[in-house]
This record gives sequence, structure tokens and C-alpha cells, in this order.
Amino acid sequence: MAVDRALPTPEAHDLLDLVRDIIAKEIAPRAARDETEGRFPRDLFTLLGRAGLLGLPYPEEHGGAAQPYEVYLQVVEELAGAFLAVGLGVSVHTLSCFPVAAYGDQERRAELLPQMLGGELLGAYCLSEPQSGSDAAALTTRAQAADGGYVVDGVKAWTTHGGVADFYTVMARTSADGPRGISCFHVPAGTPGLSFGRPERKMGMRSSPTAQVRLDGVRLGADALIGEEGEGFRIAMAALDGGRLGIAACAVGVAQAALDAATAYARERRQFGRPIAEFQGLGFMLADMATQVAAARALYLDAARLRDAGRPYGTRAAMAKLFATDTAMKVTTDAVQVFGGYGYVEDFPAERLMREAKVLQIVEGTNQIQRLVISRALTKDA
Amino acid sequence: MNIVVCVKQVPDTATERKLSSKDNTLDRDAADGVINELCEYAVEEALKIKEAHGGEVTVLTMGPAKATDTIRKALAMGADKAVHLVDDALHGSDALGTSHALAQTLKKIGFDLVILGSESTDARTGVLAAMLAERLGTPQLTLARKVDIDGSAISIERVTDYGYDKVTATLPAVVSVVEKINEPRYPSFKGIMAAKKKPVQTFGVADAEIDTAQVGLASSWSEVTEFAVAPPRAAGTIVKDEGDGGAKAAEFLASKKFI
Repeated sequence: MAVDRALPTPEAHDLLDLVRDIIAKEIAPRAARDETEGRFPRDLFTLLGRAGLLGLPYPEEHGGAAQPYEVYLQVVEELAGAFLAVGLGVSVHTLSCFPVAAYGDQERRAELLPQMLGGELLGAYCLSEPQSGSDAAALTTRAQAADGGYVVDGVKAWTTHGGVADFYTVMARTSADGPRGISCFHVPAGTPGLSFGRPERKMGMRSSPTAQVRLDGVRLGADALIGEEGEGFRIAMAALDGGRLGIAACAVGVAQAALDAATAYARERRQFGRPIAEFQGLGFMLADMATQVAAARALYLDAARLRDAGRPYGTRAAMAKLFATDTAMKVTTDAVQVFGGYGYVEDFPAERLMREAKVLQIVEGTNQIQRLVISRALTKDA
Repeated sequence: MNIVVCVKQVPDTATERKLSSKDNTLDRDAADGVINELCEYAVEEALKIKEAHGGEVTVLTMGPAKATDTIRKALAMGADKAVHLVDDALHGSDALGTSHALAQTLKKIGFDLVILGSESTDARTGVLAAMLAERLGTPQLTLARKVDIDGSAISIERVTDYGYDKVTATLPAVVSVVEKINEPRYPSFKGIMAAKKKPVQTFGVADAEIDTAQVGLASSWSEVTEFAVAPPRAAGTIVKDEGDGGAKAAEFLASKKFI
């Protein structure tokens, strides 16, 4: 059932109509199959790019659509509900474009953004390393100054679109000075010395490749540096604040899809002479699921509106990511329960949604890190 | 090149479609109006021809006020401007009446090439392209699965039961297309925004010098005298396979004269 959305403008309603049309005709029919066969739907990103849906929150000057986060995230939510690999892919791509869009100089923006936002260049974001996940500032990938540019060596882990992306936004160390020694680089696919591990064999999201990115003597020009030297960690954290809202929106999409599937099934499945939805034990379960999904959506939209108003929103984004992804885990687990035995088999969507929900509690800051972010904000001196 | 694409708003085939008991015409309020699917192929082909040969694409639709949604859709795909033929006098026109009204309008706005879908999902007469060509005195190239233009020469591959015919003519001409011809593009978000600012001209019967004696329900050559709701589909017969399933299936097909 289509979610009723109070959007800020008539054009945002037109945008959602376009997104739903593309979902119904191009995305939903193939999601389950691509997922079972582990096939990355690169062509869908090209289609979304041509339709103008890959650069929604970026300025129109370079091919974006200048939409507020409040609108962009609801598009991500709808996409993720139909096919998480696509919704999350859009969020990761948007995150990967952020450093160039927000910190790149005019020349770099004009050169790169039109293709990034038009769907020709798909992005990947490389922060985590095998030994440095939650403790992101402990990263050891090095970028040494050489010949007026840089030589980068190191290994990045858990990279969404690793091996299929057209550019990699890489955080690397330009000095030993902790978080202040990290810088941000734009690395095009095909740069000599760049290679990839075998895609991870994951619990879910199998159509979206996740792989190690290895940088072995990768030579970059001076213009590969985005922002200033030492500014990388700040850029990475700023990008993640927005990225976390993307993950929250994805989680609400997955939870809504599970709720819709469970509700439809409970109305159709008859036991003891009536639809199981009429049993209070089940009806109340659906009511709780629906309430949690609506609350999670309200929370990410609240954080989005803070961001759109230009106010600090990192703490609220962490709350939204935490609450929405925990909600998605609970709601998808309950959806499997509503389906009974059918929920545990691949012929129905519930088990896939449950496997997909789990990863959202982990990516772009585990939910434990989100709690750390929130508690630190509460206890620091104003 | 001045290309005019005729598009039609039809009731969404995914919803229940009804006739009005008042005058036996289509109840346009009973279902959501959407652009007729084959019209999207016609718009796409027009845009492709414009991209290859230059010119301008005008959308022409005849229909009630709410048909503007369909015009916006075609404009969002990339057409340049639109003409909306809307007049109460046109209500209930059959294919002959519609062809007169559209032909008069086309004469007013001018064209080198008129493109239509080969039929609509509501009336499904599939005759409009031929009627228009006749009224306009131009060649008709119908059921095209491929269109080539070279200067003022136009040739198409016309789908037939046995394959295709190659049909050539000189512009101006009327072309109708089938779904094999292309893959219609999605409008882009920017296209949707831009469509709101594109010019839409409204024509009434007087503006297009349409003879009101030839249009409308009363002047129609065909008349719907009565209609009935389609009966619900009867339950099928289930044949249990007890080793003779193949024979029983063949028996059934033979009884229906399929084999």
C-alpha cells in the first residue's frame, strides 16, 4: 500500500510519482531474482541517473535537483523498500559524491559532478579498514607526497560497490597526527595499483557487491585531494551524518515493505474459518509494527528538517539511524512470524527483508557507535 | 521538421473501466486517466526523429479538461508544446467524428509528420490514423515497427501477419506505430519541472473550424445501443492426472477444435 506522505512542494509529489512508476515497472519485478542470483543491477543506476534521481540533494548547477533532504530521503525509502541494494546504493553513491560536492573546488565540481549525478559514474566510499572500523581515526592507509602528487598504499574494507564503482572516495593518512592526519582523495576506477578482493559472501544484500579495495602504490595527481590536507576526517564525519539519514530511510523502507507483506498475508490467510488478521494476537502485532514504522519515519524526517534548516543535526541523525534500523530488525522479524513457515522460505519476501534489516544495524556506524554519539552529545559541556 | 504527436487519455487498464448508464459513453470519472500506452511509443518516436533531424514536437490531444495530465506527461518526456482540443460539443464523438475534429485542428496548426499509436486501449478501433490521412489528403503509413526519414522521403516497416512490408512515401504523412518500434523513455525529474512551463494552447470547435454537425454523440455514425457488465469468469475444470492426463488434455482441446 502506498504510504501517504505530506511533502513540502507539488514538485516533490511529482517526483515521488515518478519514483513509484519506475519502481513498479523496472525495479520491483526483478528485485527478488537479482538478489537470489547475486546480480548487481548496474543498469538500474544508469536509469535512475538519467531520470535525475541520483543527484537529488545536490545543486542544480552541476546536474543535481536541489531537493531538501526531507524529500531525497523519502525517495531513498521507497527505493529501499522495493530493492534494498538499489536504495542503499543510491544512499552510498550520494555519500560518495558529498566530498567533491561540498569540499571540491569549482573546477573539480564542474568536471566530476555532472557525470556523478547523471548516473554515468557510480561511487564507492572507502573509510573502514580491516583493523579500523568503529575506531575510524585509527586508519593506516597512507598517502605520501611524491612528484607533486601522492602515492597511496593500504587496504580498505567493506566497500559497497567495491569492484563495480567508477570512482572511490578514499580516506588516507597524510601524516601521523591522529584524526587531523587524514585526508580525502578522489580515485577513479582503473587507476594503476587499484585492485579488489573477492566480493564478500553476505547474509543478505547479495546483489550489492561488498569488497576489499586494495591500493598498492596508487599514484594520484595533486588534484585528487579533496579539501585540504588533514581535513579528511572532518569531511568523512560530515558525509556520514548525511549517510546515516540515508541508512535510516533505507531501514524504514525495508520495515514498511515487511509490514505491507505481513498485512496482506494476514488478511488473506485463513485459519479456524477466518483471516488470521482478525485474531487479536496477530492484529495487535501488526498495529505495533505499523506504529514503529511510522515513528521511525517521523524521526528521520525530523532530523532531515534540522539539516535542511541548516542546523546541527548529527545527534538527531544518529538517533534516527539507531531507532529506524532497530525498528527494521524487529518489524521484519515479526513479519516472518506472521507468515509462519512461509516466512522462513525464499518463496515469500519476509526472510529476505529480515536478512536485509540486519546489515543496517551495522553499516555507517554500528548502533553501539550511534549510542556513543548520542550519549557524548548529552554529556558534553555546552 | 514539424512533428505532431496525437495522444489520448484513457482509463487506467489496471482499474475497473465502466460505461456511463446516462449516454452509453465511457465513464471518464470512474477510473484514473492515464496516457494510452501506445501513445508513449509515438511520443518517443517523435522525440527520436527530432533528435536525429531537428525540428519541433507538438502534442495534440482531444479530450476533457482533465486530459491536461496526459499532455503534461508527453511534455515531460520532452515534447516542446501542446494543443488541447477541448469542447463539450465533442463529447461522445466516434472515430469518424474524432478524425474530422483532429484533422481540422492539424490543418490549423500545420505539420510535416503526424505520429499516433496504432490503437487506444479503450475503444480499440485502430482506424484513426487511416481516417486522418484520408481527411488530410496525405499518405498513411500504419502499424510501423521502424521509421526512417531521409529528406522528404519517409519509409517504414509495416507489421503484417507474415513479417513486414516496406512502405515508402513523401512527407507530409501520417504514421501509426506499434510497441515494437522503441522503448519509451521515462520523463526525468527536470523534464517534469520543465513541462509545467511549456506552452499549452487550448482550441475549441470554433477555433479549429470544426463542423459541429460531424462531431459529438448525436452525429456519430456508430451508436452504442446497450451494454452489459461482463459475466464473471466461470470456474475452470480441474482434471486429475491418473496416468491419462495427456489423453484427457488432448480430448479437451479436440472438443474445442484446437487440435
